Amino acid sequence: MKYVNEFRDPEAAQWLLLAIAETVNEIGSTKDNPIYIMEICGGHTHTIFRYGLDRLISSGVKFIHGPGCPVCILPKAIIDECIKLVQKPGVIFTTFGDAMRIPGTHKSLIQAKAEGADVRMVYSPLDALAIARSHPDQEVVFFGLGFETTMPSTALSIQIAAHEALKNFSVFCNHITLPSMIKLLLDDPYTKLDGFIGPGHVSMVIGTHPYDFISNDYRIPIVVAGFEPLDLLQSVLMVLKQVRDRRAEVENQYARVVSEHGNPLSIDAINNVYEPSSIIQFLDFKEINANRLRIRNNYSNFDTERKFSINRCIKTVNLIEPKGCACGQVITGQTKPIECPQYGKGCTPEIPLGPLMVSSEGVCAAYWQYSGIRTTEISI
Amino acid sequence: MCLGIPGKITQITDTNNLMATVDISGVSREVNISCIANKPLEQLVGSYALIHVGFAMVLIDELEAERTLEELKKFGVAQEVLEHSRENENTREN
Ligand code: SF4
Repeated sequence: MKYVNEFRDPEAAQWLLLAIAETVNEIGSTKDNPIYIMEICGGHTHTIFRYGLDRLISSGVKFIHGPGCPVCILPKAIIDECIKLVQKPGVIFTTFGDAMRIPGTHKSLIQAKAEGADVRMVYSPLDALAIARSHPDQEVVFFGLGFETTMPSTALSIQIAAHEALKNFSVFCNHITLPSMIKLLLDDPYTKLDGFIGPGHVSMVIGTHPYDFISNDYRIPIVVAGFEPLDLLQSVLMVLKQVRDRRAEVENQYARVVSEHGNPLSIDAINNVYEPSSIIQFLDFKEINANRLRIRNNYSNFDTERKFSINRCIKTVNLIEPKGCACGQVITGQTKPIECPQYGKGCTPEIPLGPLMVSSEGVCAAYWQYSGIRTTEISI
Repeated sequence: MCLGIPGKITQITDTNNLMATVDISGVSREVNISCIANKPLEQLVGSYALIHVGFAMVLIDELEAERTLEELKKFGVAQEVLEHSRENENTREN
C-alpha cells in the first residue's frame, strides 16, 4: 500500500537500529541507566509491540507507554452513564467497537447488548447519522470519545445533523484534549522521562505548536511521529540526537501528514461545535484531571447530556481500585503490565478487568498479544 | 482509535454533502471530505488522503513523503559507508 510499505523496509530499519545504538553510546546511556522515551499514543504502543521494536532497540533506550489511548482513560462512571442510556426505551446507542468492552461498575456495553439493549457498533459517526435517518421514531446516541483525532468527525456529524434538522440524533461528548494530559504527566513527580514520541494523528489536526510548552517550559524533546516502524525508529533517533546535543525542541518526523499549524478546517469544526468544560477527573484509580470538551449551546439539541438530563456526576466517582489492579501506575508509565498482580489472571483481553486490556492500543493488551508473556510464564 | 490509513481519492460523488470515493488497497469506500475541501473539489481527485472513521482528515503531502524516504535512504548509504570504513579499519588493524 502506498505510503505504508515504503515505511516498513527491514533494511532501513537495520540501519536505523545501528544509528540508534551509536547515539546511545555517544550519550553514554546503558541498560541500567537508560534514556526513557514515552510514546504518548496507543497507536505507537501497538507498533512497538507488533514489530518488537522494544526488543530490537538498543538496551540503552526504554519505552514508557503513555496514556494516549482514549479507551484506556475512560472512567467507569462514564460507561455507567452509557449503560443507563441504553436502558432507556427507544434509544439506539452507537459506538466504536473498542468502547463496547470497557468494564463499567456492573457491566460493559457488550454485556448490556447481550441482555437485549440496542447497542450498535459503527465504523463512523456518519453511520450513526444514517441510523438516525432510518429510525425517526427512535433516539440515536453516538458515544463521542477520543482526543483531537476524532473530534472533527463528531463535530462535523453534529453540524450535518443540525443542517438536516435531525431531531433524533445526539452525541454523548467525552472528548478530551491531549496536550492537557501531557501537562498532567509532566507535573506528576513520579514521571521520569527524557523525551516524547508525539502523537501523529492528534497533531495532524492541531499541528505541532500546542507542544511548544513541553520544550520551552519543561526542556524535554518531543518528536511527532508516524505509525510505521521506520517512522518510529527515525523519531527515536531524532529524540536521542536532541538528548545528545542537549537540545529540547518540537520536531516533526511525520511531515507528510502533520503540518506546523494543523488542519484549519478541522480546527474550525471543533471550535464551532465544542468548548472547554470544567476540568474533570478522568481516570479511575488515580486522581488526575484533564480537559473534557462539551457541546456549545447552539448545538444543545444534539447534546445527549442535555437531552437526557445527565448529571456530570464524575466528580463523585468512588476511587477504589479493584483488588490488585495497577492500571493507575501502568498508564503513567510507572509499572509494567506484567508487574500488575491481575495481569493474565483476573485480567485478560477476553475478560478485561481494566481498560488497558481492552483496546489493541492499550498497553496491557499489546503486551498480551505480542510480547508472548502469558500467565504460565509469570512467576506467581 | 487514532489510527488512519492512506487512501486515493478516485471520484467526488456528492458535491453538496462533500462525499467522495477513496481506494484503500483496492477496496472502494465512501468518505466525507469536509476537512480537505479548501480547494476546488475536482483537484482532489488522484490525491492521497489519510482516512479515519469515514472522513478524509488531511491530504498526504507527497513531496514531504518523498523527502522523508530520501532522508532514510541517504541515511542508509551514510551508515553503509561508515560500516565499510570500520571494516577496513578492522582489517588494517588485524
Ligand atoms: S493487567 Fe488489567 S488490571 Fe492490571 S494494569 Fe493492565 S488493565 Fe489494569
